[in-house]
Amino acid sequence: MAGQEAQTPTHEILPLGQDGVLVRFARKPDLSALSAAQRFRAALAGQQHSEITEVAPSLASVLLRFDPEATPRSRIEAIAQKALAELGPNAELPAPARRWHLPVAFGADAGPQLAEAAALAGLTQEAAVRQLVEADLRVLAIGFAPGQPYIGLLPDTWNLPRLSQLTPKVPAGALVVAVRQLVLFCNDSTTGWRQIGQTGFRPFWPHSPTPFRLEVGDAIRIEPVSQTDLAALAPERTDGLGGARLEITR
Amino acid sequence: MTSALQILRAGPQMTVQDLGRAALTAQGLATGGAADRTALAEAAALLNLGQFPAAIEMAGMGGDFAVTQPMRIALTGAPMRAKIDGKEIGWNQTHLLLPGQRLSIGGAFSGVYGYLTTAGGIATEPVLGSRSAHLVGNIGRILAAGDGLILRQDRTPTAPPVRISPEPRFSGGPVRMMPGPQTGLFEEAELARFLTAEFVRGAASNRQGVRLEHEGAPFQAGEAAGLASDFIAVGDVQMTGDGVPYVLLSECQTMGGYPRIGTVVGADLPRIAQLPLGGRVQFTLLSVAEADRLYRTPAQLIAEAKTRVAPLVRDPSEISDLLGYQLIGGVVSGQDEEDY
Repeated sequence: MAGQEAQTPTHEILPLGQDGVLVRFARKPDLSALSAAQRFRAALAGQQHSEITEVAPSLASVLLRFDPEATPRSRIEAIAQKALAELGPNAELPAPARRWHLPVAFGADAGPQLAEAAALAGLTQEAAVRQLVEADLRVLAIGFAPGQPYIGLLPDTWNLPRLSQLTPKVPAGALVVAVRQLVLFCNDSTTGWRQIGQTGFRPFWPHSPTPFRLEVGDAIRIEPVSQTDLAALAPERTDGLGGARLEITR
Repeated sequence: MTSALQILRAGPQMTVQDLGRAALTAQGLATGGAADRTALAEAAALLNLGQFPAAIEMAGMGGDFAVTQPMRIALTGAPMRAKIDGKEIGWNQTHLLLPGQRLSIGGAFSGVYGYLTTAGGIATEPVLGSRSAHLVGNIGRILAAGDGLILRQDRTPTAPPVRISPEPRFSGGPVRMMPGPQTGLFEEAELARFLTAEFVRGAASNRQGVRLEHEGAPFQAGEAAGLASDFIAVGDVQMTGDGVPYVLLSECQTMGGYPRIGTVVGADLPRIAQLPLGGRVQFTLLSVAEADRLYRTPAQLIAEAKTRVAPLVRDPSEISDLLGYQLIGGVVSGQDEEDY
């Protein structure tokens, strides 16, 4: 079985709390780890293991939650090992089933740290916005706060470090950047990332019948708007959509 | 007949909390729920409930309350000054609250989070399977004076009062943690230094996490710096960029990029949540197998708490109040002597 072993993506099986097993494909985000995480998640979902109570994908890992009273950790690790051995290498993301068109205002009050972030990326503010608008972006993970997407991957020039001091508060709708990714905040939040833009879109809108709007794998296309236009797209006026449009691609 | 808990005066951060919302990690919603689950288990044990109740969690200070139907209540978690109609009452025990009486809960003597649980349980509409306010997630809100919470009726308001010996957790002490996904990425010497340090609670602490301060140099993350954002477990000890640890509590984010040196086991997390200003904690590192053996289900936590419940002999002055109120079929078995 050496051939099959050689095809298994690089991974570590690690504990995450008393009821969690984390399968980590890489320590830093890269495309093959993203692909492995999404394919591993899909494989486990297809196998329907009753011992696993929750499967959640992140950028470079998949969390398997279990009930320690019913199932020992070793059983979950064995299930993961088997699925990993069958996974095979593939460095491509599955094609998106949906694409969101997302109005965003950049710079000035809507993005007080755009100038700083652009300078760190070696770009003018205009060129920075253009790169973001032209990027083929995906929802890579949902986390930190309800419905909140990690979006990427941005070109390598955007591999910006996090701030060493947390910014105490960015507003709901803030678009922030670090480590080749964008995050869109649902609520006022503390962050170590730089705020470059703002949107009226709320990825979690608890009053809606579909409170969680985004799914891992969704494509995102940013559409720049002026601050004046943004005001008209306030979440309260737009059922939390902020003018975002959902296109079904397959 | 509907039963309600009326909030006459509200402390700065009173919220409804139960065990929170499980299995929404993929949607980015942390479980949330009570900062001190032991307090809910102890309330369930006191009121002889089969499962974890929704209770009012009071951070630092309580409020004033009244009921519309006779209702037993349990007071657990951080001990707070409590009175019924101006008369001091004991913590870690049950009391009968009658319509027209005013329950006043003041500041905490030690610890942080006190809990008021009603025997009838809170009957407000759950959101995504829980009644917990999740303020970070924009679910629910802080309770305010004038609010009324719908309760189920207390079926046995005349059940004799009981008390519980609380699990000690309101003044710091040793805290056990298990290895997490990034523990091995810290330098061994830095991990060792972390395990010998004594920490106090920082002011920037809340239901999301407790900031821990110590007298030594900030901790270096070593190889653990600059990682992809990854899943967080409740209890994770996160090292922010400036090398200061935060222990993440129930309302933490589900994912984050700062490395975590370990995960506090569930049994010891209330000790962190309840760490008062000036209290000190020190960490020990268990093996994964040792930590796994400490896991308890909610039902086991309640069963364990029930072994610490004992009858409470009553103050005769309370009994006169009770006799003055028409309890249907009420049989009062009271003795003197108050245990406080």
